[in-house]
Amino acid sequence: MHPFRYVAASSIDEAVAVLREHGARARCLAGGTDILVQLRGGRYELDALVDVKGVPEASAMRLGRAGLDIGAAVPCYRIYEDAKVAAAYPGIVDAASLIGGIQIQSRASLGGNLCNAAPSADGIGPLLVHDATVVIAGPTGTRTVPVDGFCTAPGSTVLDDDELVVSVHVPRPPTRFGAAYERFIPRNEMDIAIVGVASSLVLDRSGKRIESARIALASVAPTPIVASKAAASLIGEPPSEEAFRAAGEIAAGEASPIDDMRGTIDQRRDLVRVLTRRTLALAAQRASAGAAR
Amino acid sequence: MTSKTEPKRKFRVVGTRPIRHDGWDKVLGRAAYGADVKLPGLVHGAVLRSPHAHARIVKIDTAKAEKAPGVLAVMTAADMPVAASQVLDLGEEVTNATYASDRVMARAKAVYNGHPVAAVAAVDLNTALEALTLIDVVYEVLTPVVTIEQAMAPGAPLVHDDLVGDDIGERVEHTNVAEHIRYEVGDPEAGFAEASTIVELECRLSRAHQGYIEPQTATAFWSQDGKLTVWTSTQASFGQRDALAGVLMRPVSSIKVVPMEIGGGFGGKIGIYLEPLAAVLSRKCGRPVKLVMERRAVFDATGPAPGGIVRVKMGVDDKGLITAATADIRYGAGAYPGAQINPASVCVFASYRIANARVDGYDIVINLSKTSAYRAPGAPQATFATETVVDEICRRIGMDPAEFRLLNASKEGDRRVDGPAFPRIGNVEVVEAIKGSAHYRSKLGPASSPAKKRGRGMASGFWQGIGGKSTVTISVNNDGVVSLIEGSVDIGGTRASIAMQAAEVLGIAAEDVHPSVVDTDSIGHTDLTAGSRTTYATGAAAIKAAEQVVEEMKNRAALAWETDAGNVRFEDGVFSNAVAKGQRLTFKELSGKLGATGGQISTTGVVNLRGSGGGSFAAHLVDVEVDTETGKVEILRYTAAQDAGKAVHPAYVEGQMEGGAVQGIGWALNEEYVVGDDGVMQNASFLDYRMPTTLDVPTIETIIVEVPNERHPFGVRGIGETGIVPPMPAISNALRDALGVRLTELPMKPGRIMAALKAQAAS
Amino acid sequence: MTQAPIAKAHVRCELNGQPVEFLADQHMSLLEALREVLDMTGTKEGCNDGNCGACTVTMDGRIVDSCLVLAPEADGRRLETIEGVAPPGGLHPLQQAFLEEAALQCGICTPGFLVAAKALLEREPAADEHRIRHWLAGNLCRCTGYDKIVRAVLRAEAEQPKPRARRSGTA
Repeated sequence: MHPFRYVAASSIDEAVAVLREHGARARCLAGGTDILVQLRGGRYELDALVDVKGVPEASAMRLGRAGLDIGAAVPCYRIYEDAKVAAAYPGIVDAASLIGGIQIQSRASLGGNLCNAAPSADGIGPLLVHDATVVIAGPTGTRTVPVDGFCTAPGSTVLDDDELVVSVHVPRPPTRFGAAYERFIPRNEMDIAIVGVASSLVLDRSGKRIESARIALASVAPTPIVASKAAASLIGEPPSEEAFRAAGEIAAGEASPIDDMRGTIDQRRDLVRVLTRRTLALAAQRASAGAAR
Repeated sequence: MTSKTEPKRKFRVVGTRPIRHDGWDKVLGRAAYGADVKLPGLVHGAVLRSPHAHARIVKIDTAKAEKAPGVLAVMTAADMPVAASQVLDLGEEVTNATYASDRVMARAKAVYNGHPVAAVAAVDLNTALEALTLIDVVYEVLTPVVTIEQAMAPGAPLVHDDLVGDDIGERVEHTNVAEHIRYEVGDPEAGFAEASTIVELECRLSRAHQGYIEPQTATAFWSQDGKLTVWTSTQASFGQRDALAGVLMRPVSSIKVVPMEIGGGFGGKIGIYLEPLAAVLSRKCGRPVKLVMERRAVFDATGPAPGGIVRVKMGVDDKGLITAATADIRYGAGAYPGAQINPASVCVFASYRIANARVDGYDIVINLSKTSAYRAPGAPQATFATETVVDEICRRIGMDPAEFRLLNASKEGDRRVDGPAFPRIGNVEVVEAIKGSAHYRSKLGPASSPAKKRGRGMASGFWQGIGGKSTVTISVNNDGVVSLIEGSVDIGGTRASIAMQAAEVLGIAAEDVHPSVVDTDSIGHTDLTAGSRTTYATGAAAIKAAEQVVEEMKNRAALAWETDAGNVRFEDGVFSNAVAKGQRLTFKELSGKLGATGGQISTTGVVNLRGSGGGSFAAHLVDVEVDTETGKVEILRYTAAQDAGKAVHPAYVEGQMEGGAVQGIGWALNEEYVVGDDGVMQNASFLDYRMPTTLDVPTIETIIVEVPNERHPFGVRGIGETGIVPPMPAISNALRDALGVRLTELPMKPGRIMAALKAQAAS
Repeated sequence: MTQAPIAKAHVRCELNGQPVEFLADQHMSLLEALREVLDMTGTKEGCNDGNCGACTVTMDGRIVDSCLVLAPEADGRRLETIEGVAPPGGLHPLQQAFLEEAALQCGICTPGFLVAAKALLEREPAADEHRIRHWLAGNLCRCTGYDKIVRAVLRAEAEQPKPRARRSGTA
């Protein structure tokens, strides 16, 4: 491995300064569960790695009126072990608790999952269906962009070389909101999604109609994508098996999967159908349960 | 549980579950494995590997790497002697020294992706790795031969221009088929003519890796006096020594192999990989050099089990008796010959009595790493075809699969297709054990959701085991504790199982035998730890050495008691004088008197057990639940019955059965080499190779059947390997039961199951 | 390789209850530092990419794959490796249970399993079988088929001094 400098940044400015100095030859380190493997595999070389776990904004998690702010370096376990967060954001907890095994969850973060920008990322779909935004810091200050569009291609994001993700903001969900994430893997743990689907929906006051919905798909396009037509088909519909099945059918059409060593095009489209239906059903159940509380 | 088949000899130690002798070191993290070797002046090495599966090496320029700071030596094939063509018999693996040499470092051509082309020793690992990037290799890329069809097609590119094939005795040039063997008994065509039902299936099997958690390692020091010492994790310390001698063209006596603790092998750590490279680097830099393989290279460049195509045809008459069977077994050996087609041919029909049978085996070279032994080498793939065919026959004729197996079971005296008659075997008994199990009698129960379906499947399996040469030395200490020195590497508890056999003879506790595994200079020749031979053959050597101890101890007691040695009895650990009541000495007491009666005792037991190890049969039963919307399979319940002859340490017998079943479940459902047209494996990591995790398997229920092995003094059979043979067909049979479709291609991964269900719906 | 050599990182941490200070290349993994710099070879390398758990250690009480931690990241942290599992002169109940249940064959994965299982028992002393299997899913074993490992953890749990009510805790 090409030798690099390890810098433990204690502030955003410090991290940005190192990124500026090295340009594309420096990157941020959160959990390291992807970047260290890629460096060792020779996928790219770096001269510096900036550890952002000591940056207060990147390691804080705050649940407030406006929603949930998750620092870019907050490891998965802190998300799912927080009872309040787990209750309010079950879709995100679904993902945080299935990335890797327990060892990986001690380190891996949603910020890292975003920046790694894998088509199969488990963490991104739930953020998409929560309309989450990404807080980015750079030499000229901070900017906020939607998670939708943050990843531009496998391994690529909208980040400039001298920018870093500070945190992710997940707006407070409306009442009668439910979300769920499910992925298909051949094993029961320690695997990469052949397909992942995140769904969320909001029920109307009666609980009998869907007011709004979001569906996101992983491993069926160069980046995790939003299946907007499938989601739109649900508006005004009852939260029924039939409606969910129809949405799954539309979502399968919105997917543009490829054949690779992990799965085939046909298999992936089938899985989109199934998982869309299943996650919508679970989201609806959670929405009703939430409304009942 | 243990199924009782007959009244047995009373054992005091054998059959108990003492704590294994090496256990403490292993739970404390003190056990030293291959990568844990520390030596004064130790330096680290790294290996440059071909990114092409088939390429001529035009030029290798190592000048820049040699000059890099911290680099101590750089080697290529030019630094190795041209090995003379000679057969290297490593036990479960037989190869030619020329091929063995070429395999560890490419000379003219790289013939598999990951084929070493150069190696570097440097002050630390990263310096060595960085130096690899400074080596310039010019390749002329050739068309790789990746599949069996490609290899056998007319005009196929040749993996080796000079390979001369053997087609049932006929010489064939310009071929990728290294060998075609045939076994035949009776008249298969006449047998099929008598059949009322004939089933034929063609099965396709992916190559599968042993998946040991410890990567290959080797540390070597080539001293100025010409002596080479190699510390390595190997299943075959003597075999490695002989292979190194052949490849390095050095006298055997100049090489010492020190077997470290070994982190799994399953057949994959018999051959040499890094050892000769570490040796040559050490010779060049004058320091001990350590090499540790990266996991990617373990997948790319070591020897998994071969994949292939197996076609089995079987006919039965209206009573359900098998009238004839044929098998066509084609295995992809990888880049050098040796795909285990012979054991495959031996095992393919071993579970059945078949008067008319023919087996054709083809050993085919392709541009992938050379395959190796993997737990019952060759048997699981061939048996997959047989056992799925048997299941289809049972369905066609409406016969219970256990009844069919009992009706057609091979028994003592029946001849295998390759000729030898079976000694006493437990084939019937394992099927009966499954039939009598709670699992077999249980109801499958309804599926857990409407989208899911359940099914149950059964399959049989066989592994013959081998005997071979083993040496054990026992020394009696004056405190009554004995030291037991052995050459058999302990890969999963054999220090205990061998020590227990000695303890049984000596009438002492297992804990009072202290076993040590030593290097090749410190014990007589001992064959590899493989072939299910260690507990069987090295155990027999231990018994022999212990019996000599008892004889000598009797002499000493006679001296002490001033009586004739013929009057000394030895029973339950106590020496007594038959003609003088009250003269009794325990083993421990007599040990304390050795100094006064002629000195300490040490004995050596040497065995060379010919023929098979007696053979071990197994029958497995599995319940599955399949999600018909995703193709995901859950193993609900799994029972394995296997004949252990006599289980020396039942916990480790169960452990072998459980581990074999789980490896088989992995091979059945997910494990495979995904190889592109370029001959490159695309899933060469534990992430994508998908071995079962603890969440993917249930408890494996085990039934140890004990039909004594007449070839071993205590009736012991080697049991390490058979357990991987039945799982794949058992699961295919269970899926057939659940879904009504027959999966004939391994692995039976979710996508394949969905494709089969779609094809079923379409037809 | 033209750039100036990078100075080694100076790491101070607590390792198995003792203060430790060492120098390591900045790009070096904690796994390599433990094994090569500190001579603590009980922690094993199986894959070097976080997929087998053989290199499991605890860092501030959480289990991590030490191959996916950089040595300098350990600065100021509290580490425990297999060498710190047993009390002086004795065995941890998990180690004893692994021996008695024959929960190891080749033993290469054993240190990782023990470190991971100990962390579980300390957090959830009454974890049920499913939770144990879930917790240990990041540790691969190729020899045992896992069952005896699970039995051993359950046994150690049952033999704890103050067993609490059994509960099923999922993450």
